[in-house]
Amino acid sequence: MIISPFKLKRMGMLGMNGRNRDFIGRYNDRRLYPLVDNKLKTKLLAQEHEVATPQLKFVVKEQHEISQIDQSLAKLNGFAIKPAKGSGGKGIWVIVRREGKDFIKSSGAKITLEDIRRHMSNTLAGLYSLGGVSDEVIVEDLIEFDDCFDGFSFEGVPDIRVVVFRGFPVMAMLRLATHASDGKANLHQGAVGVGLDLATGRCLNAVQFGKPVYEHPDTKRSLKEIDVPDWRGLLCLASRCHDMTGLGYVGADIVLDAKRGPELLELNARPGLAIQVANGFGLLPHLRHIESLDHKRYPSAEERVDYVMRAFAAKELL
Amino acid sequence: MNRGRIPFYLMVAGLIVAGLLTAWLRHSATEVPFMPGEQKPVWLIEARIDFNALGQETTVRLDLPDEPPGFRLIREQAASPGYGFAVLDDQQNRRAEWTRRQVSGPQTLYYNAQYVPVNPVERSKASEPPQVDDVFWSEPEATAARELLRGATARSTTPASTARELIKLLSPNSPDQNAQLLLVAEPRRSELLVKLLNQAGVAARSVMGLYLEDARRRQTLTPMVELYTEDGWLLINATTAKQGVPENLLLWSRGENAQLDVIGGESSRLSFSMIKQTVPAMALSQVQFQENIFSLLGVYSLPIEEQSMFKLLFLLPLGALVVVFMRVMVGLKTAGTFMPILISLAFLQTSLIPGLISFVLIVGLGLLLRNYLSYLNLLLVARIATLIVLVIFLISILSLVGYRLGFNAGITVTFFPMIIIAWTIERMSILWEEEGAHEVLIQGSGSLLVAVISYLLMSLGIVNHLSFNFPELNLVILALILMMGQYTGYKLSELRRFRSMEQFDNDH
Repeated sequence: MIISPFKLKRMGMLGMNGRNRDFIGRYNDRRLYPLVDNKLKTKLLAQEHEVATPQLKFVVKEQHEISQIDQSLAKLNGFAIKPAKGSGGKGIWVIVRREGKDFIKSSGAKITLEDIRRHMSNTLAGLYSLGGVSDEVIVEDLIEFDDCFDGFSFEGVPDIRVVVFRGFPVMAMLRLATHASDGKANLHQGAVGVGLDLATGRCLNAVQFGKPVYEHPDTKRSLKEIDVPDWRGLLCLASRCHDMTGLGYVGADIVLDAKRGPELLELNARPGLAIQVANGFGLLPHLRHIESLDHKRYPSAEERVDYVMRAFAAKELL
Repeated sequence: MNRGRIPFYLMVAGLIVAGLLTAWLRHSATEVPFMPGEQKPVWLIEARIDFNALGQETTVRLDLPDEPPGFRLIREQAASPGYGFAVLDDQQNRRAEWTRRQVSGPQTLYYNAQYVPVNPVERSKASEPPQVDDVFWSEPEATAARELLRGATARSTTPASTARELIKLLSPNSPDQNAQLLLVAEPRRSELLVKLLNQAGVAARSVMGLYLEDARRRQTLTPMVELYTEDGWLLINATTAKQGVPENLLLWSRGENAQLDVIGGESSRLSFSMIKQTVPAMALSQVQFQENIFSLLGVYSLPIEEQSMFKLLFLLPLGALVVVFMRVMVGLKTAGTFMPILISLAFLQTSLIPGLISFVLIVGLGLLLRNYLSYLNLLLVARIATLIVLVIFLISILSLVGYRLGFNAGITVTFFPMIIIAWTIERMSILWEEEGAHEVLIQGSGSLLVAVISYLLMSLGIVNHLSFNFPELNLVILALILMMGQYTGYKLSELRRFRSMEQFDNDH
């Protein structure tokens, strides 16, 4: 029913208390949090640092702008609506196409302009923000998913979470939506978490509901075949999020766009517990290894990525 | 252990020591008991003076105990209608004085005092040994006394052993003729012993003691002897030669002055009755130590209204400790960080079961109403404001219905913090929409569990007593909270959350 804490310690598992005190508390400056907690700020910062991210279409900041929203949406066919201060994927609507006057969400549901207006109004009032503070709505480009994940994800968005410590990617996981997770990529809702080898981007190990799986539960495609294209470029993108925000311990959520390659979706200042289960080992050994490095020797993202691809290469794949 | 953490651990240790030490000092200085409901024995002693007034100015003086060893005076009073009464305290003796201009016939005066037994304190020695009194005998007693003393001093070394030898010689069945002679001249054995000791160069004086036995009436004072030794005055029983003050002996008066002086009266009699009572140690402490620095710094010096507020305030740290423990060590999910404490404080007012029922009822009904509100498509702030108004109506209706049905508990729902409940309902409702009823149940029952645990702790008699009377113990709680803030180990819930790691654990 439960596992012995000594076993967890031997596997180098990072617990929530240890993460909060020894890594977030020590390496993440509190005043930098708004940069990641507000998706709009993250996006603007990413554009400034030329970190690839889905293109921002427009922002809704005031309730009165909502009445004219149809004009702003007129030019767009598919788009994503996100609350700037939302967390855990709450309040994100992905509109894949239009059907006459209606909009079709990624789940297939048909919604009206009025639904979008109400959703935006709720978002502005702070329904999805922490503590209910007033919020902003971001409308951004729809991501055209790379077909390398065809058959690996059910209804939803496969994204890659990379934990970046002091600029070094230390662990990566691919999250695949399933029927059980209702198209969402949250592991505790039933998404499949696939641990990825830092050297190759190939599958190390995969879990659903904490149990090992070898194929996607809905599409039955073998997870062994996963091979993330431009893996080094993806890691470099993640690594640059550290330079861009100054956060020492950060999780980068990255998607692969068919045309534009890896794009940063959002950043998370408190990542890294479930990813350990997906990988089958703890974060602590990697984190301690990076802590002991002489960081001046690895000034650029490329050098850091090359280092971890050598140092943290897995011994065996799935 | 990291060296940089040493100041932190020193601070934590300092807080614990400071808290415990202050509590202990307060306990020893003001005798506030550590346990609630502690009882202490108290002797109620009544001195009764009977005399026949001669119809003229009457003054009655009675020697009173002056800081008797092993006892402390709590309260004294005189019951004697028509008399003026005062307690005179000169450097020699404490005396009670009754006065009346004109009175005749049989009179009865009462003096009451309450004494509490205490550990006898080391008595301060007189800076220089007292004078030895000169002794005068008429012949033939002078010769008898000299002979007796020669025998006694020959068999003794110290004042105490001299006294013991003398007592042995003066015992009723003593064959010593000198002793018999002296006893005829001075039948009061203790007076005789004082005289002999003074002649032997040992400072001695006679004292009167009162043996305390529960529920005794018409007791008289017992004459005793005090002699001066290197360690100060030593009490000795002139009949049994027992040394030291017996536990149940109250030293009533010292010196040669009569215990009772009646001017303007005749055939006076002094008798004592006594009874052993028990009183709450708490009340005793408050009566005795009102002026103590700890009492002045305690909560009891505040008006009652503020006291009851502090009573709740001083319980809060314990609730906070429970929350920290449950979240950091156990890993329980609660809705709102410290909302459980507020709920448990409300439970303190409503008591547990009615509190739980009304809380669940209000939040449940609130969720139903909130469900309807979501159809109205209101702005968030307006929605919560609406919810607050509705919750107030809900509470009033519940109270009224409860009252009409004869449940007094119905009224107590008003103790729940309204705004907190409205926010709880709103958050639970959003949680319901986003994560499903399962998560609502988890967080809701987590909050209630923490609230019930802290309520159970807070409602313990001893916890209430300690937190209110020893507020410094909260420093210890603070230290515990600080220590838990340093805990980087696994939470109990993580041992379950990560249980699937078992399959990867293959490097034994």
